[in-house]
Amino acid sequence: MTVKTSSEPLLAVTDADRPQVDYLKALLRYAEEQRSHVRSEVTGWLQELRQRSAYHAAQQRLPSRRDEDWRFTDLSALLALELQPARAMPLDLGAIAPWILPESQGCRLVVVNGRVDMLLSDLSALPAGVQVGSLADLPLELNSAAIEYVAARVGDREVFAALNAAGFPDIATIWAEPDAQIETPIHLLCLTAPTVPSFNQPRALIVAERGASLTVVEQFTGAVVACPDADTPHPYLLNSVTDCVVQENARLRHIRYQREAGNALHVGRTGVSQARASTYSGYALSLGAQLSRHNWEVEQGGEQTESQLYGLTAIRGSQTADTHSTMRLAYPYGDVDQLHKCIVDERAHAVFNGKVLVPQAAQMTNAAQLNRNLLLSDKARVNTKPELQITADNVKCTHGATVSQIEADELFYLQSRGIAADQARNLLLDAFAAEILEQVPIASLRGQLTQCIACRTDVQTAPTT
Amino acid sequence: MTIRADSETILQVRDLHASVEGEPILKGLNLEIKAGEIHAIMGRNGSGKSTFSKVLAGHPDYEVTGGEIAYYGENITELEPEARALAGIFLAFQYPLEIPGVSNLDFLRVAYNSRRQHLGFEELDAFGFEDLVEEKLGVVQMDARFLGRSVNEGFSGGEKKRNEILQMALLEPKLAILDETDSGLDIDALKIVASGVKQLATPENATVMITHYQRLLNYIEPDYVHVMHAGRIVKSGGKELALELESRGYEFLDSEVVAEVGA
Repeated sequence: MTVKTSSEPLLAVTDADRPQVDYLKALLRYAEEQRSHVRSEVTGWLQELRQRSAYHAAQQRLPSRRDEDWRFTDLSALLALELQPARAMPLDLGAIAPWILPESQGCRLVVVNGRVDMLLSDLSALPAGVQVGSLADLPLELNSAAIEYVAARVGDREVFAALNAAGFPDIATIWAEPDAQIETPIHLLCLTAPTVPSFNQPRALIVAERGASLTVVEQFTGAVVACPDADTPHPYLLNSVTDCVVQENARLRHIRYQREAGNALHVGRTGVSQARASTYSGYALSLGAQLSRHNWEVEQGGEQTESQLYGLTAIRGSQTADTHSTMRLAYPYGDVDQLHKCIVDERAHAVFNGKVLVPQAAQMTNAAQLNRNLLLSDKARVNTKPELQITADNVKCTHGATVSQIEADELFYLQSRGIAADQARNLLLDAFAAEILEQVPIASLRGQLTQCIACRTDVQTAPTT
Repeated sequence: MTIRADSETILQVRDLHASVEGEPILKGLNLEIKAGEIHAIMGRNGSGKSTFSKVLAGHPDYEVTGGEIAYYGENITELEPEARALAGIFLAFQYPLEIPGVSNLDFLRVAYNSRRQHLGFEELDAFGFEDLVEEKLGVVQMDARFLGRSVNEGFSGGEKKRNEILQMALLEPKLAILDETDSGLDIDALKIVASGVKQLATPENATVMITHYQRLLNYIEPDYVHVMHAGRIVKSGGKELALELESRGYEFLDSEVVAEVGA
C-alpha cells in the first residue's frame, strides 16, 4: 500500500478564524502530551506519522459552519470547554458491568481514556487465530505490518484525523489471522472516565486477514452510573480513529455503538479498506453525546467487493448527531447497500451526508443508498444529503431520502384494535428501528437498544392524539 | 337471525352531529341496534356513511358537535379509540393500513392481549396465541404465511379485508362495523369474507355493514336496511329496501327529502 494524497482540501485559515486556530493548537498540545509508544523496534514509522500529522493539524483550524462539510453541525460549543489531556484512570470492574456483552464472554478488550486497560479486559476465552490487545503488546510482526494500515490512510490530513494521529496514546488492536473463522464477537469497549474536562483520543485497528471472518462490537461510552444517557462529572471531547482492514475474501462485521455520556462531544472516524472479494458489514448505532460526528470512509480496493453500511441514529433533547459517509468504489462488480435511519425527538438535530463515488473504472457496480428519517416532534430537525457521483456508465445505482412523522392514521388503526396510544406509538417506532436493529448480529445489543429507544420516547413525549 | 323484542340494546345513537375540520358531515343521525341484529347502512358517496363509522370508532379527526352515542347505555363520545375497542367496538376499515416493520402476528397478539387484559384474563403467551390464531385463520381461509409478514404490507385488497375479519374473529367484538368491506373484492373473496362475517354473528353481538351495493347483502342478509342522505338516516326498512334501492337507485331521495323539508 502506498501513501495516497488526499483530495480533501485543508481548512484554510483567515484572521476571523483565530479562536478555531488557537483552540486547535491547544488540542494539538494535549494530543502530543498523551503520546506513548508502540514497540521500540518499529517506532520509526510512528514518529514519522506523528510528525506529519502534527504538521497537517498545525496548518489548519477547527471547522466551523462556514465549511461545507460542517454546515449543519456547530462545533462552537467546543470552544467554550477548557479541556485537559485525558489521563490514565484506574477503574474497578463495576464501572463496566452494565456494558458486558454475554455474547463476548472472555473476548473483551477495554480501553479507558485512550489506553488499553488489561485489568478490565477479559481475554480468557479468546479463540485461536485472533490477536487482541494493545498493539505494543502484540507480536513484532504485527507491529511491523501495522505500519501500512495505520500510517497510510486516505483522508488522513483531515483535521480531526491528523489530530488523532498526532498523539493517540495507544492502539487497541484486534487482528484475525488468515482464514481464521472467529465466531465469538470481540467486544472493544472504549470508555471515557473524565476526572477533569478531558480530551480523549482513542485509536483502534481491526484487521481481518485473507479469508478470515471476524465480528467486532466497538462501543464508545462514558463512565456513568444508572442510565447511559446521563452526564459524566465532567464534559469531554472524544476524537477517535478506527482503521478496519478487510483483506481478500475476508469478512468483517463491525458494530459501532456510540453511546457517549450526555455531556460529551464525539468526533469519530471509521476508515475501512477492503481488498478484492471481501465483505464489510458495518452497523453504526448513534444514540449518545450532546454532539456527535461520525466520518465513515469505506474504500473498495478490488473487484467483487461487498460493502454494507447500516446506520441508526436515535436522539432527543438538544442532541446533534451527524453522519458523513463516503463510499469509494474503484473496481468492477462492486456491491454497496446502505440504509441509514434517524429517529429524532424533541429539539434534536440529525445530519446525514452519504457520498457514493463510482468512477469510470467501477463498471457493473450495484449500489443502493437510502436515508429514512422519522421526526417525533415539531422542533426536531434533519438535514439529509444523499450524494451519488457516478462516471461509470454500466452501473445500477439508486439513492433516496425520506422524512416523515408518525402517521395519525396508523396510530388510529392500532388504537382501534384496543392498543393504547403510547403502546401503539412504541410499536410504530420499534418497527422503524427494527429494520436496522434486526440486522445487528448481537442479540443482547438488539434487545438493549430496542428497550432504550422505547424508554426514551415513551417518557419524554406525550402522544400526539 | 331471530329478532327478539327483549334483546339488549347495544347501540343507541341520538341526534348525532359531527364535523371534520369544521365542516358538518353528520346532521342529526338516529339509530338503535340490539343484540343479535344485522344492519346495513346504504347511501351515496358523501352521504356520511364512512364518517359515521369513524365517529363510532373514535377517530381523532372527527369532532362530535351534538347528540350522543350510547353504547350499552353509556355515552362514549369522549372515549379514546382504544377504550372503545376494549369495550367491544370493532371497525373493519375500508382501507386497512399497511404498517411496515410490525409483524402481523405481533400486532394481532398485542391487540388480543390488550382485550384479554381488559376483560381481566391473563395474557396469552406467544405459543398459546399462535395456536389460537391458526384456528381462527380458518374463518377467513387465510394462509398462515400472512402472519409472518408486516401488517397488510403488500397484501392484495382481498387479503387486507380477510385480515380485518381475522382481527374481528380474535377480538370477538360486541359491535362490528364493516366499512365497505365488500369494495374491491372479486366474487370469491367476497364469499369468503361474507362467510367469515356470518360465522362471527351471534345472538349476543351486532353487525353494521356499510355498503354501496346490494351484492354483499346477497350473502349476509340484514335484518334492517337504512338509507343515509346528507348526514342523516332518512329511510329504514327491512332487507327489501336494499332490493328497492338496487332497482330504483338513490334518486328518489332527492324528491322525498325535498318533500319532507317542504312539509
